[in-house]
Amino acid sequence: MTYDAVIIGAGHNGLVTAGYLARAGMKVCVVEKNDWIGGAAVSRELFPGFTYSNCSYVSSLFRPEIMRDLELPKHGLQILPYEGGAVMMEGGGHLGMFRDHDANRREFARHSPRDAEAYDRYARDVLRHCRFIRPLLLRTPPDPSSFRPRDLAELAWLGKRMFSLSEAQMYDMIRFWTMSISDFLDEYFEHPTIKAYQAVASIIGTALGPMSPGTAYVLLHHAMGDVDGNVGAWGFARGGMGSITKALAASLRAAGGEIRVGHGVKKIVVKGGRTTGVVLSNGDEISGRRVVSNMDVKRTFLGHVDEAELPGDFVKRVRAFKTRGSSGKLNIALDAAPRFTALPEGAPFMKGDLHFTDSIERMERAYDDWKAGRFSRDPFQDVMIPTMIDPTMTPPGKHFMSCFVQYAPPKIEGRDWTDADRDAFAKTCIDQIEGYAPGFRDLIRHMEVRTPRELEAEVGLTEGNIFQGELTFDQLLFNRPVPGYAQYRSPIRDLWICGSSTHPGGGVMGAPGRNAAAEILRDAKMPVKEMSDAYAIP
Amino acid sequence: MKVEPRLHFHNLLLKTPFHARTSAANLLNQWGNWSGYTTALAFGDEAMEFSAIRNAATLYDLCPMVKYRFTGPEAAACLDRLTLRAASKLSVGGVHYTAWCDDAGKLLDDGTLFRLGPEDFRLCCQERHLPWLLDSALGFDAHVREETEEVAALSLQGPCSASVLQAAGFDVSSLKPFRMATFPFGSGTLMISRTGFTGDLGYELWTTPDQALALWDHLMAAGRAWGIRPIGSNALNLARIEAGFVITNMDFIPADQAVREDRTRSPIEMALDWMIDWDKGHFNGRRALLAEQEGKTSRWAFVGLDVPGNVPATGAVIYAGKTREAGFVTAAEWLPTAKRNVALAHIERKYMKSDLWADIYALRELQYARLMLPVTVTERPFFNPARKRATPPGRF
Repeated sequence: MTYDAVIIGAGHNGLVTAGYLARAGMKVCVVEKNDWIGGAAVSRELFPGFTYSNCSYVSSLFRPEIMRDLELPKHGLQILPYEGGAVMMEGGGHLGMFRDHDANRREFARHSPRDAEAYDRYARDVLRHCRFIRPLLLRTPPDPSSFRPRDLAELAWLGKRMFSLSEAQMYDMIRFWTMSISDFLDEYFEHPTIKAYQAVASIIGTALGPMSPGTAYVLLHHAMGDVDGNVGAWGFARGGMGSITKALAASLRAAGGEIRVGHGVKKIVVKGGRTTGVVLSNGDEISGRRVVSNMDVKRTFLGHVDEAELPGDFVKRVRAFKTRGSSGKLNIALDAAPRFTALPEGAPFMKGDLHFTDSIERMERAYDDWKAGRFSRDPFQDVMIPTMIDPTMTPPGKHFMSCFVQYAPPKIEGRDWTDADRDAFAKTCIDQIEGYAPGFRDLIRHMEVRTPRELEAEVGLTEGNIFQGELTFDQLLFNRPVPGYAQYRSPIRDLWICGSSTHPGGGVMGAPGRNAAAEILRDAKMPVKEMSDAYAIP
Repeated sequence: MKVEPRLHFHNLLLKTPFHARTSAANLLNQWGNWSGYTTALAFGDEAMEFSAIRNAATLYDLCPMVKYRFTGPEAAACLDRLTLRAASKLSVGGVHYTAWCDDAGKLLDDGTLFRLGPEDFRLCCQERHLPWLLDSALGFDAHVREETEEVAALSLQGPCSASVLQAAGFDVSSLKPFRMATFPFGSGTLMISRTGFTGDLGYELWTTPDQALALWDHLMAAGRAWGIRPIGSNALNLARIEAGFVITNMDFIPADQAVREDRTRSPIEMALDWMIDWDKGHFNGRRALLAEQEGKTSRWAFVGLDVPGNVPATGAVIYAGKTREAGFVTAAEWLPTAKRNVALAHIERKYMKSDLWADIYALRELQYARLMLPVTVTERPFFNPARKRATPPGRF
């Protein structure tokens, strides 16, 4: 039989695209190379009784419009907001973060009275930038070189938004998109630890340091999500991040879609400039009127399509697309909650993100190691213990700890990672935690260690880049992934891309998948049913 | 009351130095959050509390108000630069109501400025501005610091407030409006200013937190014969609407918090242009305000409205000719003293000469009754008794 659409990869975006297409009446099949679904929004039980969020670990960006359109709550999705967070400082101090406005101000005031009263203006400015970007998330970027009416209308819409800003705000916006997070924060704050906490979202998953131009935008990418309208807030998916893809899969099946696991796509079949389906690693052929790849743009076109079928310039640009890996991850099953000596007993911080990097300079030095082709000797870690809130992931009293680690290069001094490198990387991270929580090591019952090597091999992320391509401004909007191909299409007729390599980029957002589905349906001249526009109020 | 700084999160709302007394008096347990402090919304019957403001004497806990101290040889020059009025013209012992803008001439806040000495000022306001104040002081030989928690303050308001102070041993008979005097009290001193937020005769009393409870007890005892009672924020809010006063973040959004650029307002648009001292030299926002005034580019007017009937026009959208949106109401009440139904509203200037209508949703037994009523612009304050200004003050 011939499917209307074959989707390569059961990651969140692939499942979102599949869900919308199935609901619109297409016959859809998702193929997944692993024995499990989820891509980078995955929860596996690698140790009995302990469910991990093996890759992504928090949720904010996932669009509520999609949750509602695809009825994900009905299929089991629940997002739990979390509170607080803290940076532990060298010398035993700490900086906490609070959801309560005045508690946060008082906490800042312990470190800098000036910074305590600077936060409102900072938050306002970040929110202003968010409000500009958010409506773009659920729209296909215009092609500036095209004269199609839709592209012209979309460009005009974009231009109108830009010119509705005051002159001062336009300058601010352009500066913000191009500057480093370090420079941006210097305009508001003076205390190194306050700046270090705010800078975190700018380096996550990015092969840049906080002093690199372009990192301020990355902050925005992490701030423009929301939990129930609370812009910038983050939450956990109850049951781990895999709950998002499980709900997407259930929603897809309810709409008649199929998912096949265990054999990945070996080759995308191209005949006469158009695709007719895929060949799986076990030799099976699945034919489809169209193929939608949730793989990143490099993996799709440099690994699964005969390059002779592609324009040379396109291939060159795909090769040049930056997918430099920079992150690793430790997933740890704990016998009990760790005791961080710097944090006062009873503080809500343990329910939020915990860091040990207390200055921008330390963060930048961690990046220096990446540039030299080494993992950071003093890494930045984003430590979270979702089981402080989520009772479903471990037995009572036990905990799952997720440690996101920055920086880890795709190659160690130019050569592939070895198991010994991976173990040394893990030891560096654990030693750092042990320094702030004596006795921590003895609590560990099981640990999964993931370097860019594992992320590429298992999840399929080229070079282990968690965003399927860096989120710098040169790789966004109509330039993502490649100029002229930012509308989820490819040089090959009926071959589409729907992953985070496309606009608006990475994070468990679902927007690329949703936008790709919109384009596919439009191309098939099928009504775009049950697809909400971005929620927004002027 | 002080908490261990590292453990402040155990008290999301701080308690003011008067909390031991206000909590004992709060029969309703009606508390609100004012700038991170636990403050009484009402102690008992709100109507009685309001009535006491206009009839007897009332105490209101002012501690959460944000306070900054400006000191140094160029403190006055620094405040001239920061604020709209000329701080340098304020004499020692004087107070004035003022406001300040960003460089685009948009309001950041309003507040009261107290000149405690030739080189010593206190600025009281609603919002927090330390970075802006420090930056505005660059180039001046002046020192700015935040001192909110170092001061305990009470507002004593009502026609009998002078009598209560007299009975408490503080002779304020010669104290004129917007002047202050210092008296010995307990182990320290008490500063009394003839200021307030009720539009009536009243005083504000300033001391240190360690004297707070003694001051409360002393005033409550001295005022017993005049029916003194503590009031909550709800009663005070009604009084300030009668007086026509604005509150930052209730009647306008401070420019440094406005996410939507069009929400900011200039002092001209907020009808505060009377306080601009154009001749004192440069001040923050001067260039933009001058351009706005000369170019007549103000978009908004902030006005008082007379509303027919007795249903408050709370949250109403104002229409020009019943069809075009012309503005919105930020505060509206039936005024118990003035016996008027009024509103404070932002109206687009181009509609000021149109017939204006308020689209009012009146909740009556779970259902909204919709009223479209003609409104007219009227003078503020809505209530302005002579006893507010009389010196010496009347006995009641």
